[in-house]
Amino acid sequence: MSRIERVFARGGPVFIGFTVAGDPDMERSFFAATAMIDAGADMLEIAVPYSDPVADGPVIERAHHRALRAGTRPVDVFLLLRRLRDYAPDLPLVLFTYYNIVYRRGVDRFFSEAAAAGADGLLIVDLPVEESEEVAPHAARYGIDRIALIAPTTSPERQHAILREASGFVYLISLEGVTGERDHLPPGLAGLVGAVREKTDLPLAVGFGVSRPEHVRTVLDAGADGVIVGSALVRLIEEHMDDGPRLCEALRAAIVSLRDGFSSSSRT
Amino acid sequence: MKAGRYGIYGGQYVPETLMSALIELEETYTRVRDDPDFSSRLSWYLHEYAGRETPLTFCENLSRDLGCRVYLKREDLLHGGAHKLNNTLGQGLMAKYMGKRRLIAETGAGQHGVATAIAGAVLGLPVEVYMGEVDTRRQALNVFRMELLGARVIPVTSGTRTLKDAINAAMRDWVANLRDTHYLLGSCVGPHPFPRIVRDFQSVIGEETRRQILEREGSLPDMIVACVGGGSNAIGMFYPFVGDADVALVGVEAGGEGPESCRHGASLSRGSVGVFQGSLSYLLQDDDGQTLETHSIAAGLDHPAVGPEHAMLKDSGRIRYEMATDTEALQAFRCLSRTEGIIPALESAHAVAFALRAADELDRDGILVINLSGRGDKDVVEVAKHHGGLG
Repeated sequence: MSRIERVFARGGPVFIGFTVAGDPDMERSFFAATAMIDAGADMLEIAVPYSDPVADGPVIERAHHRALRAGTRPVDVFLLLRRLRDYAPDLPLVLFTYYNIVYRRGVDRFFSEAAAAGADGLLIVDLPVEESEEVAPHAARYGIDRIALIAPTTSPERQHAILREASGFVYLISLEGVTGERDHLPPGLAGLVGAVREKTDLPLAVGFGVSRPEHVRTVLDAGADGVIVGSALVRLIEEHMDDGPRLCEALRAAIVSLRDGFSSSSRT
Repeated sequence: MKAGRYGIYGGQYVPETLMSALIELEETYTRVRDDPDFSSRLSWYLHEYAGRETPLTFCENLSRDLGCRVYLKREDLLHGGAHKLNNTLGQGLMAKYMGKRRLIAETGAGQHGVATAIAGAVLGLPVEVYMGEVDTRRQALNVFRMELLGARVIPVTSGTRTLKDAINAAMRDWVANLRDTHYLLGSCVGPHPFPRIVRDFQSVIGEETRRQILEREGSLPDMIVACVGGGSNAIGMFYPFVGDADVALVGVEAGGEGPESCRHGASLSRGSVGVFQGSLSYLLQDDDGQTLETHSIAAGLDHPAVGPEHAMLKDSGRIRYEMATDTEALQAFRCLSRTEGIIPALESAHAVAFALRAADELDRDGILVINLSGRGDKDVVEVAKHHGGLG
């Protein structure tokens, strides 16, 4: 059983924290990630910084640029992954990346290095199923789950095609738009979760816009198995990056508060 | 060849949420391409509204100076002052067919923004244009023109604050509003089907040129030159000639401060293969795949990537890609203004600059066509700033 399977097999909802590797630099990035683990994150999604993150809103875009300004390179991202793997041997780690980083490094080399560094899954945000044959054999060769994305705009036919290739868990995009905190999640969320649930046995996690305890509750009540929180945590890194203890406390408080949504959900 | 591919290039490297909009766009395009009603409406707008066909002007003075027969394809005389309207009228009409109620666009030099604003005004669709903050300053006249035409200009302050980040911003807007918004992409770049749609709407340039030169000279040109940023005016001019092996096709990229300076926009001549803004093509990137900053005096060429069809035509050797520096473009800007009384856009001045250099390759009867993709009124203030350095 893989780490990803194990964490979902526990039965309770899964909290996935997102952070950009090297934001605002390598040391503080490691510190923030471990703070998230200590605060109760069940899985981490680590983004490889990229100059043109078009799927991301302003908060995460700034994090990508901070990491690049600090000189973060793919080799540093793999190093961070290794350190986190040592820190939390059982915690699933998913690498989140834009495709050009993978393409430029060489698809096989990238997957091989990611696997060696301890990555359990890889999510390529701008590689739809139409283009994914370029990476499929490499993911299989190194035993890395390819985390698939399904959006509210994905047709039922494409949902089927995407799910045929998916492994690990399925990332459901809650809304039509880029990443970033929102006041409300869209009302169609339960419908999306239900429609995908009918087509797969894989666990479902919902991300984009999830930033408040009531959102977490909404996601779980919609029938999902996990939540992915990005911008709300990345914003705390931006706000408190020069004050380590304060950052640690802010991340802890945020994750504890968001996890309150778990206990008030009808699912637990 | 896979759909949406040019050799290995092209594709649809976009976030999942956008796929439905690309599929809708492709279906619409397949439908309207064979729809006589669409064709006749577009044809009306192009001829009665935009001023097609544009002249193919024989340049007596320049021909004498260069020692060959020089023609200019006068896209500068198209309504709006550049070739961009060919595409914005086509895509604007498609947006109406799709029932979209809003147009968004990116712009570098402002010409595509102006052309989208014009199309939006005449077709009754509100327009919002993303423009890098740096470009809003160096192309202030076009910002005012867009606003005059009823468009809202949104300055983009992220990243390099130029065209690349304007495209990023427009893609982010689109992904959030794709049910009622059409993203009117201005060049033959981005994910399929954009490179195909833009090439087809711009091919009117080459089709007219072919007819005009055969009427005038009884033969095809020996060489055709066009500037290449994203590459839409060039692909529109070249595409109808790709099968004519005897016609030399030359795309001229922004050499900026010189090809060795690292401050240029020459993605084909100096770049490498990668995925950027939805397609696989040549781009200016570092060893890790991060996009590099670019530079050109011409805002419309100040871009790190190029359309995928150009990438294929470079590899096959069918099109030759050259560079002209800022300094050469400024000299050409002045030269054409004085010898022919035509002020070219700084982008088009790159094509003129190469033609000035390359005329030696042709004999006295050789026919050289330069695609004058736009007029230079928008650039006069910027050029005046460099005037001291012109000599």
